[in-house]
Amino acid sequence: MNYIIPQSELKVVGTRPVRPDGVDKVTGRATFGADMTLAGMIWGKMLRSPHAHARIVAIDTSRALALPGVRAVVTAADFPDIASEEAFVGEGPMNFRDLSRNCLARDKVLYEGHAVAAVAAASQSVAEAALDLIDVTYEVLPHVIDVEAAMAAGAPILHEDMFTVGIEPKPTKPSNIAKRVAFAKGDAEAGFREADVIVEGRYTTQPVHQAYIEPHACLAQVAADGQAHIYSSTQGQFMVRAYCAKVLGWEIADIRSYPMEIGGGFGGKTLVYLEPVALALARKAGRPVKMVMTREEVFRASGPTSGAVIEVKIGARRDGSIVAAREVLKYQAGAFAGSPIGPGCMCGFAMYDLPNVDVVGYDVVSNRPKVAAYRAPGAPITSFAVESAMDDLARKLKIDPLALREMNGARDGSKTHYGVTHRDIGFLATLEAARSHPHYSAPLKPGQGRGVACGFWFNIGGESSGAVHVNEDGSISVVSGNPDIGGSRASMAMMAAEVLGVPIEHVRPIVGDTASIGFSHLTGGSRVTFATGMAVTQAAERVVDQLKQRAAQIWEIPAEAVEWKDGKAYPAGLNAGAFEPLSLAQIALKAGRTGGPISSEVTLNAQGAGPGFGCHICDVEVDSETGHVKILRYTAVQDVGKAIHPSYVEGQIQGGAAQGIGWALNEEYIYDKDGKMENAGFLDYRVPVASDLPLIEAVMVEVPNPRHPFGVRGVGEVPIVPPMAAVANAIRAATGLRMPDLPISPPKLRAALDAASGAKAA
Amino acid sequence: MSKHHVTTTINGEETEFLCETQETLLDVLRNTLNLTGSKEGCASGDCGACSVIADGTLVCSCLMLGVEAEGKTITTVEGIADGETLHPVQRQFLEHAALQCGFCTPGFIVATKALLDANPDPTEEEARYWLAGNLCRCTGYDKIIRAVMDAAAEMRGEARAA
Ligand code: FES
Ligand code: FES
Repeated sequence: MNYIIPQSELKVVGTRPVRPDGVDKVTGRATFGADMTLAGMIWGKMLRSPHAHARIVAIDTSRALALPGVRAVVTAADFPDIASEEAFVGEGPMNFRDLSRNCLARDKVLYEGHAVAAVAAASQSVAEAALDLIDVTYEVLPHVIDVEAAMAAGAPILHEDMFTVGIEPKPTKPSNIAKRVAFAKGDAEAGFREADVIVEGRYTTQPVHQAYIEPHACLAQVAADGQAHIYSSTQGQFMVRAYCAKVLGWEIADIRSYPMEIGGGFGGKTLVYLEPVALALARKAGRPVKMVMTREEVFRASGPTSGAVIEVKIGARRDGSIVAAREVLKYQAGAFAGSPIGPGCMCGFAMYDLPNVDVVGYDVVSNRPKVAAYRAPGAPITSFAVESAMDDLARKLKIDPLALREMNGARDGSKTHYGVTHRDIGFLATLEAARSHPHYSAPLKPGQGRGVACGFWFNIGGESSGAVHVNEDGSISVVSGNPDIGGSRASMAMMAAEVLGVPIEHVRPIVGDTASIGFSHLTGGSRVTFATGMAVTQAAERVVDQLKQRAAQIWEIPAEAVEWKDGKAYPAGLNAGAFEPLSLAQIALKAGRTGGPISSEVTLNAQGAGPGFGCHICDVEVDSETGHVKILRYTAVQDVGKAIHPSYVEGQIQGGAAQGIGWALNEEYIYDKDGKMENAGFLDYRVPVASDLPLIEAVMVEVPNPRHPFGVRGVGEVPIVPPMAAVANAIRAATGLRMPDLPISPPKLRAALDAASGAKAA
Repeated sequence: MSKHHVTTTINGEETEFLCETQETLLDVLRNTLNLTGSKEGCASGDCGACSVIADGTLVCSCLMLGVEAEGKTITTVEGIADGETLHPVQRQFLEHAALQCGFCTPGFIVATKALLDANPDPTEEEARYWLAGNLCRCTGYDKIIRAVMDAAAEMRGEARAA
C-alpha cells in the first residue's frame, strides 16, 4: 500500500493539535477504573498469602461470612479448575490454567501476595475486617527467589508437573526451568577463532515494576440472567472479556467489557488480576462489586518484568568487524512460566549484521509474582548486556562506539540470527542522526562521562477494528477498540480527518466497549497507531467513496466523475465546474434520501509493522563521595516511521527513556530471607521524579514504513531499550568502572569506587 | 460505627459530609462527594496524585483525615478552572501535550497552581523540586516542566518562554 496522500500535502497528520480527550483530563472529569460507580455498589477486597511458598491445607470462610455487612466470599473453589491451554495475546503467550491460578491460588501459594480469597462487603472497612476473619491453614514450604538458585539441583520445586521444554531427551525430573530456547546462525566457535579481540561479561538485572501510577481497578455487575458488565482499567477490553470468560467458564457474549480511562500500563495491564474475581463476587452477592488494588498489592501481586543473568561474548577483527557473538540468558518468570525469554534471545543482536551467532535462553520460575509484559518485554535486559559489551569492544578496539555500531549495523537485507531478514529499516539513519547531533560532540568537563547505546523492538500489527460514522450534521465520530493509553484518540482522529479533508475539531474519537466495535487486540506491542490506525484510515477511505457516490447521485452523474478534495465533492472530468461543490455537511443532510446513513467499519489483521531502532546519548556526573549519578544531558534518537502527532511520539520517547533511567539507577525488588518483598511502596521503590532528570531531547528520524498508509511504525517500546546501557556506558566513561549489575544505585557504585581507589592506593 | 459530621468549603461551595474516623479526605472526596478528579496512586503520600490545596497549602489528601477538613477551605482539581474557562496551567498542559495517560495530571495541575501562587517566577530547578512529590510514569517530566514554565510566564504576562 502506498501513501494515500503525498507527504507534502498532509494537512493534519504531522501537526500538534490539542488531544480530543484533553480537557477531561486536566479538569478531573475523565473516568478512570476506580472512578466508576453503580447504584447499590459494594466493595471487594483480596486476601493475600503472607508466605512465599506454601501448601493451602484449608480455608475456612465461615467467620468472615458471619460478619454483618459481608455479602460474599470466594476462593478458587468457586472457579472451574481449568486445563493447561496456551493462547497468544500479542506480546507473549498466556496459559489460562496459570492465569486462573494467579487470580486465585489453588492448592499452593507461590509468592508472597498471591491471592487466596476475596470478600465483598458493604463498605471498605467491613471488607477489610472480614479479611482478618478468613482462616487459612498453610503448610509452609521452602522457597527460592533468585534465578540461578532456582535452576540449581535440589532447589525447591514450584510445579511438580513442570519438565523443561526444549531439552532432548525429555527430562524425567521436574524442574523450575520451564523451557530452554536456542538460536544459532553460522558457526560461533569458528567465528571466535578468527577474532583478534574478544570481550566478555556477566551482567545481572533486577525485576522492575511498570509502576503505572493508577493501581488496577474494576467494577463488575452480573444480572440475574447471567449477563455481566465489567468496567476496568485495562490495555484491552476484549482481552478482559476473553480472559474472564475463560477463567469463569462463561460465554463470551454474556460479558460486556467497558474500557475505562487507563492510568498507565506499559504492558502491565495486558492480563487480568481482579476482574474475574470481581465478577464472581458480584454474581454471588447480587450487587455490583468494585475492587481496587492498593499500591502495595500492585507491587506484590502484579507486574513486574523479569530480572536476569546474562553472559555475553563478542569477538571482532582489529578493523572492528564482528566475527562472532554469543549470549546465554536466564530470565525470571516469577511463579508461572512465561518470561520474555524469546524476545530476549532475539533483540540483543537484532541490530547487527553478524555472521556467527549463538544464543541460548532459559525461562525460570521462582517464588516471585508472575511477570507481566513491560515495554519491549525482554529487550531492555538483553540490550543492557550486549550494548555494554559493545562499548567495551569499542574501547578495546579504540573505535568510536557509534562507528563500531555503524560498521556492524543491520541494514536492508541483513539476516538476523532468528531467521528474519530486515527490510526498510532505519537503523543506520538513526545512528547517523545521533552522530551528527550536537550533543555527541559537545565538550564534557572533567569527572563527567558520555555513553551511547542502541535498542531494537519488533513492533506488532494484528487484529483491529475501526469505524467512521458521518453524523447528520456532517460531524464525524470515530470508534476504535483500543484503550487510549497515551494519546491514540488524537492520532485516530487525525488520520480520519486527513483522509476526509475536514478539520480535526469536527472529528470526535471514542473508545468503544466490546459490544460497540469489532474485536480488537489489546493496546500493546506498539500496535495501535499502526494497526488500528490502518483500520480507521481504511474506514475513512470507504466513507469518502460513499460520499462521492452520494454526490454523484445528487448531481445525477457517474460516481467516477466525482473528486473528493478538502472535505468537499467536486464534479470532475467532463463535468468539471458543472455543479457547485457539495460539502460533507450538505451530503450528510441528504443522506436519508440518498441511501441512508454514511458510515463504515473496517476490521483487519494488520501485517508489516516495521521494526524500530533507537540510539541514546547520555551524559553523567558521578559524586564520588555518595555514589550518586546525576544525568546531565540526555538525547534519544529514534526511527519513528511517520509521527502522526509528533508531541505524543516525543512523549513516548521521553517517557521510555525516563523509565529506563530508573531501571538503570534505582529500581529493584528487594526480598528478605523469608521471600517477602521489603520495598512495596513508592517511598522505597523509587521511580524517577522531576528533580532526578534533565529535559530529555527526543529526536525523531522519519524512515516511513511502506506498509502503513501514512508510514507509521510503532514507537512506544523502543525508547526503553537503550537507556540502561547508555547510562552504564556513561558511568564507565566518567569513572573507568564497568558496572555490570543493575541497578547502579549509590551504595553499589560507591563501594565499587572505594574498591577501585583502594586498589590503586595499594 | 458512628460517623462524624464535617462542614467545610470545597471549590468555593459550603459542603457538609459524614465520614468514619479513619477515612481520609481523599476517600471522602472520591467516594462520598463523587469528586473523583483527585486520584489515589499510593495512599501513602508518595505520588501526589491526590494533591489538593487546603487553606492555601498544598497537601496530599490521602494523608489528611476527612474530619480534619472541618472549617477549612479546600480546592481540588475540579475547582481550578473558572467555570468553562481553563486555568492557564491547564491550557499549557494541553498545548504542550504534558500528559499521556492523564492519571497524574490532576495532581500536577493542583501542585503547579500551588507553586505559581507561592512563586510566580520559579526557575526550572525550583519547579522540578516543587513537583518532586508528584510522580508521572509516562512523560519523563519534560513536557510537564515546559508547560509549567510557560504557564508561569503567561501568568506573569510575559510571552511564551519556549
Ligand atoms: S495517593 Fe496521596 S500521595 Fe499518592
Ligand atoms: S501521564 Fe501517565 S502518569 Fe503522568
